Amino acid sequence: MLAIIRQTVSNGASRNRPAFYASRSYSAAVKEMTVREALNSALDEEMSADPKVFLIGEEVGEYQGAYKISKGLLEKYGLERVRDTPITEAGFAGIGVGAAYYGLRPVVEFMTFNFSMQAIDHIINSAAKSNYMSAGQLSVPIVFRGPNGAAAGVGAQHSQCYASWYGSCPGLKVLVPYSSEDARGLLKAAIRDPDPVVFLENELLYGESFPVSEEALDSEFCLPIGKAKIEREGKDVTIIAFSKMVGYALKAADMLAKEAISVEVINLRSIRPLDRATINASVRKTNRLVTVEEGFPQNGVGAEICASVVEESFGFLDAPVERIAAADVPMPYAANLERMAVPQVEDMVRAAKRTCYRSV
Amino acid sequence: MTFCLKNSRNIISKLKPKVGLLSLMKQSSDCCYSSCLNHSNHCNFLPVTATSPFVKQLKNPDSNSHKKGRFFVFERFESTTAEKQIASVPNGEDNQVLNFPGGKVIFSPEMRFLSESPSLHAHCYRVLDDNGQLIRHSNFIQVSEDIAVKMYSNMVTLQTLDTIFYEAQRQGRISFYVTTIGEEAINIASAAALTLDDFVFPQYREPGVLLWRGFTLQEFANQCFGNKADYGKGRQMPIHYGSNKHKYFTVSSTIATQIPHAVGAAYSLKMDKKDACAVTYFGDGGTSEGDFHAALNFAAVTEAPVIFICRNNGWAISTPTSDQFRSDGIAVRGQAYGVRSIRVDGNDVLAIYSAVHAARKMAVNEHRPILIEAVTYRVGHHSTSDDSTKYRPADEIEWWRMARDPVTRFRKWIESNGWWSSEAESQLRSSIRNQLLQAIQLAEKVEKPPVKDLFTDVYDDLPPNLREQEKLLRETINRHPKDYPADVPL
Repeated sequence: MLAIIRQTVSNGASRNRPAFYASRSYSAAVKEMTVREALNSALDEEMSADPKVFLIGEEVGEYQGAYKISKGLLEKYGLERVRDTPITEAGFAGIGVGAAYYGLRPVVEFMTFNFSMQAIDHIINSAAKSNYMSAGQLSVPIVFRGPNGAAAGVGAQHSQCYASWYGSCPGLKVLVPYSSEDARGLLKAAIRDPDPVVFLENELLYGESFPVSEEALDSEFCLPIGKAKIEREGKDVTIIAFSKMVGYALKAADMLAKEAISVEVINLRSIRPLDRATINASVRKTNRLVTVEEGFPQNGVGAEICASVVEESFGFLDAPVERIAAADVPMPYAANLERMAVPQVEDMVRAAKRTCYRSV
Repeated sequence: MTFCLKNSRNIISKLKPKVGLLSLMKQSSDCCYSSCLNHSNHCNFLPVTATSPFVKQLKNPDSNSHKKGRFFVFERFESTTAEKQIASVPNGEDNQVLNFPGGKVIFSPEMRFLSESPSLHAHCYRVLDDNGQLIRHSNFIQVSEDIAVKMYSNMVTLQTLDTIFYEAQRQGRISFYVTTIGEEAINIASAAALTLDDFVFPQYREPGVLLWRGFTLQEFANQCFGNKADYGKGRQMPIHYGSNKHKYFTVSSTIATQIPHAVGAAYSLKMDKKDACAVTYFGDGGTSEGDFHAALNFAAVTEAPVIFICRNNGWAISTPTSDQFRSDGIAVRGQAYGVRSIRVDGNDVLAIYSAVHAARKMAVNEHRPILIEAVTYRVGHHSTSDDSTKYRPADEIEWWRMARDPVTRFRKWIESNGWWSSEAESQLRSSIRNQLLQAIQLAEKVEKPPVKDLFTDVYDDLPPNLREQEKLLRETINRHPKDYPADVPL
């Protein structure tokens, strides 16, 4: 059941080695890794390979990371390269940008991206726009990372999804990993990238385990930035999702398969650049589209995908595009209300059926 | 050039305000130094007079008969002897000591609040008096004739550059300009005290630093006209200079964001073990931003080799310092963060030079941040979009322009040393003026950047969507050539 994965390294060394995983392994157990382990190993390998890479943020050192993503790194690399900061997002984002201007490669961790709003001026005005405004003199090879979107029962100020906010800004690259391979490959690519990258993780995915290929465990493994992944091939309707919602979309696809609807699930992996080619190719194949996101509906990622499809593949659509997003309210705390404010698998199933005219 | 001082803690505590030159200033105008004279009971600028005790003669081999002997002043610069706060007075319970995280503080049964303002404002260091003569017993770094004349020439160049470009904006030849009139000493003297290895993070009123480092008049003009030769490829408004080879980080319009950037760069310099520091400039208004607070705090905690230079010029567009903050200026804030700081007369070239020189040494050798508050006055308007006579009296502006001009003041000093003359003055001024007019004429004629520069540098590589947009744009241009501006190359 493991799809054959073809990976290419993003910078220079091309390794087009398909991983014939299931057919080749002799060992009984498939290697599994949690997203947390994937991120930790990616950070470890990149810090080991390049002395310019360093990590700053609140609780990243002694506490081993607010979500234990940076476990063991302080011990291994020392105080200079794993730096606990005072509580000032604006401060440490600015300091990270200054270090990047100088030529180092900082990884700045936000405890959640909700707190990045206190630093958003540095992310947009000091990082994203600098290369352009300085005409190439100030490059900013920085990565801003941290959990994004809703967790469980954390309320309005800890649950917002920032994919569409950062995705609208030229000069930034915005990545949204789902699986452990995504996490490893995209974080390594992000750290090596000369442009500023916003790396949106998900707290609930940190503990989830995914199988990883041999190739993904290699220290040179990188995923290309700007390429979406077809998680599951199908021919009746396309569901496009990112981050945690990919898991939900796959579950919805299983449920729909029982009703003879074949769903193609696309894992975006990258909000900016958006892989319009893959999106449109899929819609041209299935003729029906459902977009899924955890963020607020207005001006969201789904709106951009819909616009792209209407611009490029209008004639191929057999039904209006369905857009699934969070309820248009600040996230409530009570568990029952929270459940109703966030997309659920049933919502995706119903939306897919609507596009197939199986229900209204 | 040695720079020795005598430790004299006692003197500070016994010091009483003296009627000095600053009092005269206070009498002659209405409270211009609003930043330092918020609490108007004291004149807090204390020129050293001959009656100060603890005078020690400095023997100087280069001593010139024109110069007075240099005498020690009671300010301390030694790293190990920073002034310590007196702990609260114990009243009986002498042995009880604070054992919370934070150190040794004595408990006291007396409830005493720290005053919101010190009874004695931070002293302002100056070397030359208002007539450009050395103050007796002043303590400063010796400056050679070459450096002094170079500083003076740069100040004149900066002043002329500002005047001519301001005029050019008024004539409609450039869209915008920001002058540095009144702050030439801060710009040039601080730049002269740094080395070319130091990284400069400016706000926008420090083109003199770039000028000192070798940016040519033509390069300034190119940026203001946004032509093809502009290093910024016409991407930003005028005065947003930037030059990697001069280690001058591109000016960005946002206020105070450069302050934490400088700390980050300083931290990086420390990691790389370089013999250099980061320097950042900002105004009195910029210190209200959160970035100022975060940066100073960070610099102290990370022990970063960075110099913070605040140009306290009394105004943030139309906001006077009395509406900006209620602290005793900026210098006292350093202590709140654990940053060593000093207040300096910003219109005194020698004082700025000495202070920045000493600060750099401390920053680089001891890995510590230093805060310098340079007190001055913004003689010009905030920018060409501002008319400051709307919110401040015109005679106040005139007084600062004429009686307190830092350029004239320094000129008097170099002339008294026999290093300058009025012939040299008129020659310099007319030469600079001609060069500037030529530079402007040339910059005006140079082509604008080509249309491909609309799309480059958004990312390191040109992404496919922008390549496609450029292609579409060129197709549109081909279809409608008459609608495309004639002076923009393809």
